[in-house]
Amino acid sequence: MLAIIRDIMADVLDIDADDIGPATTAADVEEWDSLSHIRLMVAIERRFGITFENSEIAGLKNVGELVALIESKDGAPSGNGA
Amino acid sequence: MLLDLDWLQPAPEDTRARLKAISAAIDAGDHGAAGAGLAALAQHRLDLSQLAHVGKRARALLAADPEAGGLTPVRLGLVGWTTLNFAADALMGTGPRFGLAIDVVEGDFGAPLQQALNPASRLHTVRPDMLLLMTDARGLGLASPAASIDDAQARVAEALAQVRAIIDGLRPSVGSAILVETLVPPLEPIFGNWDAASGLAPLALTEAFNRALIGWAQGAGVVIVDSARAAAAVGLARWHDPRQWHTAKLAVAPDAAPLHADLVVRAMAAIRGKARKCLVLDLDNTLWGGVIGDDGVEGIVLGQGDARGEAHLAVQQMALDLRARGVILAVCSKNEDAAARLPFREHPDMLLKEEHIAVFQANWQDKASNLKAIAKALNIGIDALVFLDDNPAERAQVRGELPMVAVPEVGSDPALYPRLVLSAGYFELLSLSEEDRLRADLYQKNAERAALAASASDMEGFLKSLDMVCTIGRVDAVSRPRMAQLINKSNQFNLTTRRYSEAEVAALEADADVHAVQVRLADRFGDNGIIAVLIARRGLRDGQRVWAIDTWLMSCRVLERRIEEACLAHLAAAAAADGATALIGTYIPSAKNMMVAGHYPRLGFAADGAEGDTTHWRLDLAGWAAPALPMTIHDSAF
Repeated sequence: MLAIIRDIMADVLDIDADDIGPATTAADVEEWDSLSHIRLMVAIERRFGITFENSEIAGLKNVGELVALIESKDGAPSGNGA
Repeated sequence: MLLDLDWLQPAPEDTRARLKAISAAIDAGDHGAAGAGLAALAQHRLDLSQLAHVGKRARALLAADPEAGGLTPVRLGLVGWTTLNFAADALMGTGPRFGLAIDVVEGDFGAPLQQALNPASRLHTVRPDMLLLMTDARGLGLASPAASIDDAQARVAEALAQVRAIIDGLRPSVGSAILVETLVPPLEPIFGNWDAASGLAPLALTEAFNRALIGWAQGAGVVIVDSARAAAAVGLARWHDPRQWHTAKLAVAPDAAPLHADLVVRAMAAIRGKARKCLVLDLDNTLWGGVIGDDGVEGIVLGQGDARGEAHLAVQQMALDLRARGVILAVCSKNEDAAARLPFREHPDMLLKEEHIAVFQANWQDKASNLKAIAKALNIGIDALVFLDDNPAERAQVRGELPMVAVPEVGSDPALYPRLVLSAGYFELLSLSEEDRLRADLYQKNAERAALAASASDMEGFLKSLDMVCTIGRVDAVSRPRMAQLINKSNQFNLTTRRYSEAEVAALEADADVHAVQVRLADRFGDNGIIAVLIARRGLRDGQRVWAIDTWLMSCRVLERRIEEACLAHLAAAAAADGATALIGTYIPSAKNMMVAGHYPRLGFAADGAEGDTTHWRLDLAGWAAPALPMTIHDSAF
């Protein structure tokens, strides 16, 4: 899962996947600003067929928590087809 | 399908590597490679992130190279009520798809009217070439229902007044063109089925606003970007995302941002003269089902009563409809010429006839070579071609050899071809002139003239046989739109490539020190309309009056007709009548005007200095006499 997220992040943020680990935060990555964060969430929603609520995203602290959030949703029936 | 720009190829597997290579090329100063890399990558279906990466590099390329590695630089001011950053990223990333390197300068968030009225605001001080106003129903006060019909009318009028005030405020700082989006209606009904009839619902308000906006824009020289139409085509539910609205005030959902940007940039490209001119058609399994060489006229599938036959008819009808609005048609097919022409002559269901096809290339050469031959025969750029072919191998060959040709990714079902080709925006038109309507005929006549020239043994005799009538007149309100169109579109036979908007042309006409004329040409095949533009300015050299030629451009349709000599004779006579002693010509090289590098020396001008690549040329009028020309000249311009 982390590998997939790193791949998506590299594509969305225009950075090297090697620069990303579970403890990486937005503050560590110059390209990870509020705008690219929205693109990142959209890309993850598309890739996994899931939907985030704004309140869920707002609380995320680092890549590890993002992975945990996706895993908590994975396999759950996705009610809206975005 | 339309939301994902399905007429483009999917993003390549190696997108990331290509982006890296482009960055490396910019860093290494290899700007041409960077420009070509950006243009090639942008021919794909890129998502918003990928567009942002392409856009970032296009901007870096612009910063490193004012020529943008062969792309055409455009500075676009962006103003609106919503978050503009995403649209800006997508616009800059889409630019190279249409040959543009766009540098977007965003206004501040919200309050567009205040920015328009404040001369110190960034949108004024950067002096953009073009401006886009992104409209929003919430910003314009049309997102909630009106209380009464009077209230509805007042709110629509107020919204339009606001847009006009913004445009009028910013107009003095914008170089060439202003674009305004139609308003995308909110999708949530308030009265339900009665919304449209109510006159009160946001749907009714936005529709009334759009009618008023379009009516005003036509008269005000403002270019409309029809976002409402595009949003309806892909579905309002996909265009509006309430979550992204609340999170980031995005008026356009991230998934719709690539289409939104494509809509805007195709209009910008058309303003810069980059709309395509010619649709090149494959035959077998494109215009009809089956292979004419194998199946014969009786065996090919075409016509009513068969789903596939009707789909091919629809493709032909699309081609005819495009031709009626000025798009040139050509054929490029791997076939024996005689076999390829057979259905055009003998199949009763063919809508397309040989007379509709300006250039017919049926042979066994590769298609890229044939496309080059078609462009040459029509005297248009290869980048003016769109190539429709059902065969993926042929499409790949053409893309590989001629990346500047637009090749829609159409799949194998002809039922979808018209939708894909027409949705791609290749033949974007800003307004339709009578000349546009007649253009396909004009080019066709040109091909016939070329055939006649090939058979005529001496050039002079050929030219005389054309019965040419060249009419030279001052520019006026009637000729001004076509003049502006030529000034902004002509690339090849254009000595200085200076661009002037319609308003600027009007200002030139009114300037007593400027001599601006239009040249028309008719011959026994028809009227070519306005085919040349000359703009000269009065000046002084060593105390003597001279005329400096600011702009000299000609349509490539009339090359080899000695029109340039007729133009020179006019300029020399008009300048002499004004007391001038010499004409001063200037040649500013561009990527596309090599053909006129020797223009002035060919006409007898002597070298008169240079700055960088720009060269100046001088023709002393004392003792100069116009040659006899094989045409009748009506000159009312001096």
